[in-house]
Amino acid sequence: MELTRFCSTSRVVIVAGKGGVGKTTTTAALALAAARAGMSVLILEVEGKSGLSAAFGRPQLTYAETELAPRIRARTLTPDQALLDYLQGHGLRRISKRLVNTGALDVVATAVPGMKDILVLGKVKQLDLDRVADLILLDAPAAGHAVSFLLSPRGLLDAVRMGPIRKQASDVIDMLSDPARCQVMLVTIPEETPVNELVDTAFAIEDRVGVKLGPVVVNGCYPQVDVVESGSDIQHDAELADVFVSPREAHDLARAAEFRARRQELQASEADRLADLLPLPQVRLPFLFHAELGPDEIDVLADAFTAGIEALPVA
Amino acid sequence: MTHSLDDLVEHGHIVICCGTGGVGKTTSAAVLALEGARNGRHAVVVTIDPAKRLAHALGLAALSNTPHEIDRALWDGDGEAAPTGRLAAMMLDTKSTFDTLVSRYAETPEQAARILQNRFYRNISGALSGTQEYMAMEKLHELHEDGGYDLIVVDTPPSRHALDFLDAPQRLMRLLDNHVFRLLMMPTRAYLRVASVAVQVFLRTISKVVGTEVVEDVVAFFRAFEGMEQGFRERAGRVIELLADEGTRFVLVTTPRRDAVQEAEFFAQRLGETGIDVDALIVNRVHPRFGDESPEGLRSRAVELAARAGTTDEPAIKSAGSRLASLYDNLADFQEISEREGHHLAGVQERVGSAEIAHVAFLANDVHDFDGLRAVGRLLFEGSKGRE
Repeated sequence: MELTRFCSTSRVVIVAGKGGVGKTTTTAALALAAARAGMSVLILEVEGKSGLSAAFGRPQLTYAETELAPRIRARTLTPDQALLDYLQGHGLRRISKRLVNTGALDVVATAVPGMKDILVLGKVKQLDLDRVADLILLDAPAAGHAVSFLLSPRGLLDAVRMGPIRKQASDVIDMLSDPARCQVMLVTIPEETPVNELVDTAFAIEDRVGVKLGPVVVNGCYPQVDVVESGSDIQHDAELADVFVSPREAHDLARAAEFRARRQELQASEADRLADLLPLPQVRLPFLFHAELGPDEIDVLADAFTAGIEALPVA
Repeated sequence: MTHSLDDLVEHGHIVICCGTGGVGKTTSAAVLALEGARNGRHAVVVTIDPAKRLAHALGLAALSNTPHEIDRALWDGDGEAAPTGRLAAMMLDTKSTFDTLVSRYAETPEQAARILQNRFYRNISGALSGTQEYMAMEKLHELHEDGGYDLIVVDTPPSRHALDFLDAPQRLMRLLDNHVFRLLMMPTRAYLRVASVAVQVFLRTISKVVGTEVVEDVVAFFRAFEGMEQGFRERAGRVIELLADEGTRFVLVTTPRRDAVQEAEFFAQRLGETGIDVDALIVNRVHPRFGDESPEGLRSRAVELAARAGTTDEPAIKSAGSRLASLYDNLADFQEISEREGHHLAGVQERVGSAEIAHVAFLANDVHDFDGLRAVGRLLFEGSKGRE
């Protein structure tokens, strides 16, 4: 599938997965891939401390938009700020600050489960309706399970039977259930427990939320290096190539090669297992051996992302 | 005063495992409890959200409110454990822990029933951020008072901020103390008379946004809760004291990833501000290091070998050269990541001062049985010996 075609499938992409699997990495790679294809991208961060801006070499994100790279803008979204915006947009400006400052929002948010999630998703919906960018990427909360985050509007419809928040919830459901407007991209690493958890999450989202699932991103895949057989006779190769390799160094080379081969094998079998359990296309992103996520690495990841999407059959 | 891992499982009374999500906290907690039991202690591990297969191995099929003792034959396969050792496990049930607490402090069964049925309460007990943390600490207190365990190892919830559990008791009290909502506790008609015009407007606004039913639920809850705050407050105070107790040890769990380490460092700092030392630092998923050659040297060797292979037309020599080049590249990759991990960890290692630092290398498989836990235990307790 062509990258531009993929990026125009739905305007909002919610990137979700458990902490530490590479949601930020995926968000950055997708953003850059789309921007290179000429699209304008807005990244929304719910927690504001993911290191995304640092990876682009920019200062910490704020509620006001900043440009991270050409055609890539980013900002944070907090429930408090989203509520203020919402109230101010509904002629309740004077009361709004007080609601937040007295801590009343906490009480209200407790009274209405999922209220904070609704405020955030409601803001995303508004940004989508305002067509602020060609593609909106939401880096979903890490700890809050993606499922409860996405289920929040349905839960809210049960708890609140009237009023504008209810309207907000049903508008959010409209957005989530329209594949042209929104899809979820799940991220995992090729290891046993994260794969199992991703499969559970995917089925829960499909069964209970009804939002379209995009390709699954398998992050942290060791770049395939064929070191297995060559690990066997290093001294013989050294003789052929007419170089000296000390026995100790040969030992280190062999152990490192064996470790790599074993992990590559494990990763491949976990990715295959994921494919068996979950009939969704996979896009694989490489493990970064050489440096932490920075502008150069995002470049490499965007290439890998683009290649991964282009290898997918046209849906 | 800090203690080694051995000392911790042999003499610690309460061990709290903290760290950000996905770093292996639950596994580390289970390993520490198992090692305690092997050392002859009556140990229990309180888990929060274990991966399914680990939960299964610990005999935890469902959430429970009481620990369940694990058959010795299961956890002491090699029969080497001290005869007095016992091991129990539980998976925290936040809601029923909270329900028990309400029933305990209610003045009458009717008061308890009114609260337990209230919708606002049900939301608090199920979903309020911090409740899970608070209940984990509450359970800890209960096991400490009445459980008869020598060693209680607690896993902490995978919070957005790793230290939510420290603030959880206070956070709940703040919610109950919220002055705006205390006004709501007055009888419905009276509050309209007493409350200032501003408050009335304010309450009407909330009703407008979320509907009157929600406000009524909240009012009913605060009214039903009347008289119980004192009990809760005292209990929260005792939990906080217990955290600062001499027999309570803190184990910080992390991985060498930059973001996890930053979180761990922040956590160690916050604990320090509270006057609590980190007793041990467990670093999981460490990449192995092979030899001590520098990555730069290895990388340039690889480049050189590849270049030489490029100059020959003899296929056997060419392929031998490029095979060697890729071996050097591969070793350079691992030396590079290992150096970077060491660099990330330097800050937190300094921050935890004299605490024992134990590294657990990348494991070939996930841990989901007692053999796996024991293998990690060996890495932790035997692998850490002789380190500086």
